[in-house]
Amino acid sequence: MIEVRDIRKSFDGKEVLKGISTKYEKGKTNLIIGQSGSGKTVMLKTLLGVHTPDSGQILFDGQDYALLNVEEKREIRTEIGMVFQGSALFDSMNVEENIAFPLKMFTQKSDQDIKIRVQEVIERVNLNGANLKMPSEISGGMQKRVAIARAIVNNPKYLFCDEPNSGLDPKTAIVIDELIQEITHEYQMTTVINTHDMNSVLQIGEHIVFLKNGKLVWTGNSQEIMHTENEDIIDFVYSSDLLKEIRNFHNTKKI
Amino acid sequence: MFKSPTKWRIMKNLIFKEIDELIIGSLGIVCFLSFFIGAVVTIQTALNLNNPIIPKYLIGFTARQSIILEFSPTFISIIMAGRMGSYITSSIGTMRVTEQIDALEVMGINSLNYLVFPKLIAAITYPFLITISMFIGIFGGYIAGVYSGYLSSEEFIFGLQDSFIPYHITYAFIKTAVFGFLLATIPSFYGYYMQGGALEVGKASTQSFVWTSVAIILVNYILTQILLS
Repeated sequence: MIEVRDIRKSFDGKEVLKGISTKYEKGKTNLIIGQSGSGKTVMLKTLLGVHTPDSGQILFDGQDYALLNVEEKREIRTEIGMVFQGSALFDSMNVEENIAFPLKMFTQKSDQDIKIRVQEVIERVNLNGANLKMPSEISGGMQKRVAIARAIVNNPKYLFCDEPNSGLDPKTAIVIDELIQEITHEYQMTTVINTHDMNSVLQIGEHIVFLKNGKLVWTGNSQEIMHTENEDIIDFVYSSDLLKEIRNFHNTKKI
Repeated sequence: MFKSPTKWRIMKNLIFKEIDELIIGSLGIVCFLSFFIGAVVTIQTALNLNNPIIPKYLIGFTARQSIILEFSPTFISIIMAGRMGSYITSSIGTMRVTEQIDALEVMGINSLNYLVFPKLIAAITYPFLITISMFIGIFGGYIAGVYSGYLSSEEFIFGLQDSFIPYHITYAFIKTAVFGFLLATIPSFYGYYMQGGALEVGKASTQSFVWTSVAIILVNYILTQILLS
């Protein structure tokens, strides 16, 4: 579990995160949603340790990250898997080498054991046959799968995903969402996903945190978000004409 | 750069990969340029030494001095600022733009150590490239001078050996080692600390080439003053 207590972060005097407190539970897909500029990315990067909060605490399974020494912080980082928006696969490595990378860097496993583990993960994310392909030779959806495989290969406790669906067609986006949710349950990881994709919100949002102008304005799950009366959420969720029509239709039926 | 170093098993492979890419990969162009510049230096010297009282072996002497003192260490390094420098800046810069460096950092890897240190070690082998350039340059001069009939083989070889000062080789290799360091560090700096997108990668490569060349020229002047004055 990751617990965030009253974190604040400013850049050049402008406060981007304004005292956010929440809990991201183990075995759940936790979503951070909000419009562009709401502080989602800063929030995620702060959780990852890329940014240091000005105040507040981030606790990884009860351990305050700020109080850990360099070696302990490094230890925590090896337990984090990250799926970047653009996949961030290493161009110079093929699929197999990309996935094996964390194992080679952080474990003492033999080459044979690494190969076996990589093959297991490749099969888990349905990438059979793509082992020797270079990132430039595979589709965006496959790149995302490789990124997920690389993130989970070392059995991390925490999985972070920054807009995992961006640039994907709706069908592939659903497949990626389902895959993330399945592996979250299977590996009992604490998964935090940064997204503004409403399909993801409705499909895999087991715990949703809504940010607006750096403030946490709503928390709930995918069922609750459909029925909330919170104006900010309604404004965000039903921003498209299609969804507005659906809501109007739904409300008319209720009357 | 030296905090939390990458595991030796990984680092060793990275170093060999960089030596292959930066040094071995440059051999072709360096040999080509050295051969023909050596040939042109010899022909130019021969054509300009038309006074009958000046001995012909001076053509070989001039070729040797030009190639060992300046052409191979300095001008090949400027050309390498284009080849090696652009490769280093664009490869690291692209990694920055595509979040690959962020991925390394999030994993808890010291990205500076992982990306720059192998290039710095590969640059230690840079004098090897310049040694090859010196040999090929002089060989090009020999072929052009002798087979074009400007001087005999014996005259060229005598010129090569005439008034030879071993310290000039030391001077050339001191320069080469410093240039190798500049060739690895300045482009790495521009690549690692670049910001923006694909367009900025191109701009960073150009800037790195310009500033590496400027640094080589200035350091060349300073080292020549210090070491030969």
